[in-house]
Amino acid sequence: MNHSALTHQSSVCYHCGDQLSTIKLSYDDKDFCCVGCRSVYQLLSENNMCNYYAYNDTPGQRVANSGHFEYLDEESIITQLINYKDEDNTIVTFYIPSIHCSSCIWLLEHLYKINAAIFSSRIDFLKKEVTISYKHKQVSLREVVQILSNIGYEPLISLQDVVKEKSNSVNKQLIWKIAIAGFSMGNVMLFSFPEYFGLSNIEKEFQQLFAWLNLAFCIPVTFYCAKDYFTSAFASLKQRYINLDTPLALIIAVLFIRTAISTLLHTGPGFADTLTGLVFLLLMGKWVKQRTYQHISFDRDYRSYFPIAITTLKDHREKPVAISDIAVGDRLLIRNGELVPADAILMKGDAWLDMSFVTGEAAPQQKVLGEMVYAGGRQMGEAIELEVIKPASQSYLTGLWNKDFYKSDLKKKSFNDRIAKYFSIGVFVVAFAATAYWLWQGDSTKAWSAFTAVIIVACPCVLALSTPFTLSAILSVFDKKGFYVKNTDAVEQLADLDTVVFDKTGTLTSTHQSAIVFSGNLTEKEQLMVASLLYNSSHPLSRQVFKSLNPYRIYPIVKYNELLGRGITGVIEGSVVYAGSVRGLAQPIESKEEAGVHIAIDGVYKGCFSIDQQWREGIFPLIKSLEDKYQLKVLSGDTNKDEQMLKSIFSADAKMAFNKSPQQKLEAIKLLQQHGSKVMMLGDGLNDAGALKQANFGVAITDNINNFTPGCDAILSGDHIGLLPRFIELSKDGLKTIKISFAIATAYNLIGVYYAVQGTLYPLVAAVLMPISTITIISFTSFATRYFARKNGLR
Amino acid sequence: MNILYFLVGCSVTMALIFLGAFFWSLKSGQHDDVYTPSVRILFDDETDIPESDKDHISD
Repeated sequence: MNHSALTHQSSVCYHCGDQLSTIKLSYDDKDFCCVGCRSVYQLLSENNMCNYYAYNDTPGQRVANSGHFEYLDEESIITQLINYKDEDNTIVTFYIPSIHCSSCIWLLEHLYKINAAIFSSRIDFLKKEVTISYKHKQVSLREVVQILSNIGYEPLISLQDVVKEKSNSVNKQLIWKIAIAGFSMGNVMLFSFPEYFGLSNIEKEFQQLFAWLNLAFCIPVTFYCAKDYFTSAFASLKQRYINLDTPLALIIAVLFIRTAISTLLHTGPGFADTLTGLVFLLLMGKWVKQRTYQHISFDRDYRSYFPIAITTLKDHREKPVAISDIAVGDRLLIRNGELVPADAILMKGDAWLDMSFVTGEAAPQQKVLGEMVYAGGRQMGEAIELEVIKPASQSYLTGLWNKDFYKSDLKKKSFNDRIAKYFSIGVFVVAFAATAYWLWQGDSTKAWSAFTAVIIVACPCVLALSTPFTLSAILSVFDKKGFYVKNTDAVEQLADLDTVVFDKTGTLTSTHQSAIVFSGNLTEKEQLMVASLLYNSSHPLSRQVFKSLNPYRIYPIVKYNELLGRGITGVIEGSVVYAGSVRGLAQPIESKEEAGVHIAIDGVYKGCFSIDQQWREGIFPLIKSLEDKYQLKVLSGDTNKDEQMLKSIFSADAKMAFNKSPQQKLEAIKLLQQHGSKVMMLGDGLNDAGALKQANFGVAITDNINNFTPGCDAILSGDHIGLLPRFIELSKDGLKTIKISFAIATAYNLIGVYYAVQGTLYPLVAAVLMPISTITIISFTSFATRYFARKNGLR
Repeated sequence: MNILYFLVGCSVTMALIFLGAFFWSLKSGQHDDVYTPSVRILFDDETDIPESDKDHISD
């Protein structure tokens, strides 16, 4: 069955860059792999937009058959989607997953060439969003989406778009604070310089002016920029527990009070430079920590999987209705490839539902009339009618997300918060000891200055900085290797695991690199006949089989007929050829492969093309290297047909469980955690969503980062799954780096404390010591991370 | 030396103006997307490029 030796690998599709099979379509002297690609090219060339192909070779992506957009004519749905509307203009923002290169930017920003009513379109490349302004009197929203879809950039309009949450404002406020702190720091430094170099007598009169100015700059820094530290410290003290913000708030307060007192009483320079510098650096650390991937969402739930609207039937008329407005008793019309949005009862039609996203079961399930159909299934056949029995928000599927017990008691304290307690106690002991000593000596001024100086010098600012800097450096090493971790806290979790749980389908196996195998017998002529038949179908499975057959000629076909959801037939060279599912066969046959493409010629069963699931590359070494250090487990929603195979990869003590529902997976993870295990879960689909959320560290495996992934702590691209042990090693090294930098910082602090307890800490020393220790730590963490990344082969 | 009072005032005012300018740019969304403009500026204005000498700008 292998024709690859005969393949001419000379040319690729002008639009999408896929390998051309021997049969190709041509237009304008250019070759295309399919009608979809050719029609995009035709549309672009008609509108004089061939520049699209000038900026990059083969910038296009294969056009999937687009859905129905009737719902975009509904006024109630339009108002939920658009950003702004006035008498003439409408502005709308779409998320378009297929944006990937500069050609995309060029094309989508020149939409006005296709339709002049679209007068502006702007791309945010990293977010993969396009903001379109159009005249709604001349073009409707539906037409705009249709245009995007026709040129191969169909926007992803999901229920999530309607319930957009704006999280950007928090980040923006932080930037405001950093700006003010940085501004104040710069000015304070300027006015402190004369003090550093010593003042001559004439300059003494300016000392007061500078001191007052410095105090003025300290006020916004303390009361606006550092506000969060005070609120956080108060909140933690109320709960009788010390976090890292507690000593920080204390230091900021002490610095401000000392500066204010020395300014008011003219007792020399204050600590304005230290205060503003400290707050600025702390906020920088916070910002580094908050930075995250704009183009990846880690908090997706069922809403981004669900469409925004569905067709309902009322008085025998089709009407699109928003998912949120579906009521009990509504009649829904679900077409081929559409999703069942709510738990419902089958009323009409032949339902074959692909529940793989919900249950992990690969084969579609048949439902009979009157049977319950759960939300999340995708219809694979003719259109069916359903009657809703529960609103979308209360379905079985959505119930998986609305459980509130997820992780609540599992939040592990980070290294910082644990150390903060001992650190604070240590500082207080030293500070009070110094104060007591000077009071005993009868020098109350020195006692006060020693007390405050110890607190200032023993600043845990390095702790607050080394963690975000180290961990975010590790994050950027990870993301170059296709491993996207949600935030820096998650990296700490990654270092502290002892159990790894795998899902099977889509995680251990790949849906991407599947091989087509044929069981049965076909002559060469029959192969060509089958290929000629499949040539006419746009079904993904047909295309895959067609590619594997790679025919050198195509026979003409008559009486071509597509049996929706079953297969295709046609008369080729005088014979009736059927290709499709087992259900479409004339006589039923015994077959273990339900999902394959079955072939019958003139009513005689010939065999079946099935897709052999391939183990992901790198799985075997991955399991071998994890085996020693971790307890491994397999939780599959699928049947146990691959158990023997799995047993040969995993060692004997690895536990395996099959036929698990999403709920059971979640329970299994919980059980492990109750026995004290720290669990990493690797999964891919919605059926793992509960388990991914429950696990201490949930990793979603995906072949395409832009695809849907359920809510998780990290997204890992399937090609790089073999690197997982190295990722874990690096996160452990990261924690080591943080601990070493803590030791370095303590050494600096001890020098400072030596002066501080004597009550002779001059502000200049504090002002110099703090930046030096900060620079040392930041450069140490970045060098250490580079070193460890290289050691683990991730660079 | 009294001129210093004036100069200090000037320097603080100038600094405040720049801070204000930064806030204005932040508010008007100039920092929202810092990647796309760098690509956009490389596009040619004219669309009538002969097919033969199309230049490849890779991203």
